[in-house]
Amino acid sequence: MNRGHQVETLAWRVGSLVVIAYALLPVAWITSLSLKPSHELNDGRFLPQSPSLEHYSAVFADAQFPAALWNSVGIAALATLLSVLLAMFASYAIVRLRFRGRALVLAAALSIAMFPPIAIVGPLFNMWRLTGLYDTWPGLILPYMTFTLPLAIWILTALFRDIPWDLDRAARVDGATPFQAFWYVIVPLAAPGVFTAAILVFIFAWNDFLFAAALTSTNSARTVPVAIAFFTGSSRFDLPTGSIAAASVLVTIPVVSAILVFQRRIVAGLTAGAVKG
Amino acid sequence: MLLVAAYPIAYALWLSLFRYDLRFPDERAYVGFGNYLSVLTSEVWWGSLANTLAITVGSVSIELVLGMLLALLMHRALFLRRTLRAAILVPYAIITVVAALAWKFAFDPVTGFVNPLFAVDQAWLAERWSAFLVIILIEVWKTTPFMALLLLAGLTLVPQELLWAAKVDGASAWQRFFRITLPLMRPAILVALLFRTLDAFRIFDAVFVLTRGAQGTETVSIVGYHALITRLNLGLGSAVSVLIFLCVISIAVLFIRAFGLSIWRAGGGR
Repeated sequence: MNRGHQVETLAWRVGSLVVIAYALLPVAWITSLSLKPSHELNDGRFLPQSPSLEHYSAVFADAQFPAALWNSVGIAALATLLSVLLAMFASYAIVRLRFRGRALVLAAALSIAMFPPIAIVGPLFNMWRLTGLYDTWPGLILPYMTFTLPLAIWILTALFRDIPWDLDRAARVDGATPFQAFWYVIVPLAAPGVFTAAILVFIFAWNDFLFAAALTSTNSARTVPVAIAFFTGSSRFDLPTGSIAAASVLVTIPVVSAILVFQRRIVAGLTAGAVKG
Repeated sequence: MLLVAAYPIAYALWLSLFRYDLRFPDERAYVGFGNYLSVLTSEVWWGSLANTLAITVGSVSIELVLGMLLALLMHRALFLRRTLRAAILVPYAIITVVAALAWKFAFDPVTGFVNPLFAVDQAWLAERWSAFLVIILIEVWKTTPFMALLLLAGLTLVPQELLWAAKVDGASAWQRFFRITLPLMRPAILVALLFRTLDAFRIFDAVFVLTRGAQGTETVSIVGYHALITRLNLGLGSAVSVLIFLCVISIAVLFIRAFGLSIWRAGGGR
């Protein structure tokens, strides 16, 4: 190995380390902030001097955060379940059946996924106010599905295209009903793709702030991002930095661990259909 | 699916034609394009549109350069490859509000480490330009991974033989990158740019958390939110919503026309 090559290898390695540090910096910072006892919060240091868990117990002592966590998990899970289930059938139809308007359905899916959420917040606010869906779980699940359903259809259609569909024809020849062919042959083949779509859809619903901020008002449906953004201290001059940091860490840990485990699937889903022209 | 999205849009169009303020519900009246007139003649709208475009152009162009570097790095790197890929997904998956708060605390003159680190005394979010810098920084931090992954997917489609052949013919690394890799990646780059431009244009969370639109950093989504939810003015707010919708459509059309980008082809229709 010559010298120039060694320098190049070193440069790539340093580059990788810099990128990893850059990506993780805010996570490290908010974690360290959450571990600082109150009197250290303002010391301007990056690391806590005497780590403590006082903010974590404070967060759980308050009624706001546990309620928001429950809402977030429930709403995101239901939205994911419903949209992935519906999208599965839709994508299967798009990939397998030759019907007119296939391209149109996909184009519509993409344009809705790219669509500015603020444009439907106003009408939804008024409709929900009149129908009593304001500040309820379905009141958030429905608008999430507007965005997650197209997203799921898009990802699933791209991933379903790679499946050797002839296998289900073989099953049909062997006497399986269409439903059996779907359930016992296609579903196991498609499961990884479905799982990928589910992760991405869940991340979308889990992340949303705009709808949750506009369409909820109390602990009965308010989700974590909104609760964190609107956290109030004991007095209005006392911004509860420590509690916010602790709550942030608590909602970040599951997502980060999911990423570490499902890294490959997430990458596949994010780039699904983006380049295979 | 179409119904769920199309109905609210139609309803927004309808509402935008009325004077309809929930604080004064009795004064509801048909005003035609009156709401649009008041929005389009207000400085707030044009100011926020300029802000949004500045944030969009600023963050998307930085992301393109960084994302390309990152894509090249991931393409080449064998060292810590898995860790690298997992690490860059972290910004993508973190709740935007949480990321924005983390950076907010970092730049805060009281709690933050940024000022002591650079030995400056700057109230970053109290001034317009530094607030813009922080907003763009967050946006870039959060979404460069997505850009990089899309570009990486395009990069892996560039045939390696072509690059080797060029190397044998004596092309430098720069020449190979600009003459072969980039032109071949054109479709991937355009798709990534389109996705991110549309996404950046609707920026809301980060700005809301950082400044709530103060210090002249209002974006169009923030203006819409304040009109609709804070001031409960459904007529005016709906007009803003419809205008944002039209802006997004024009951006998409502009991309498709200007670059001859076919969504359908780019979008994976084989």
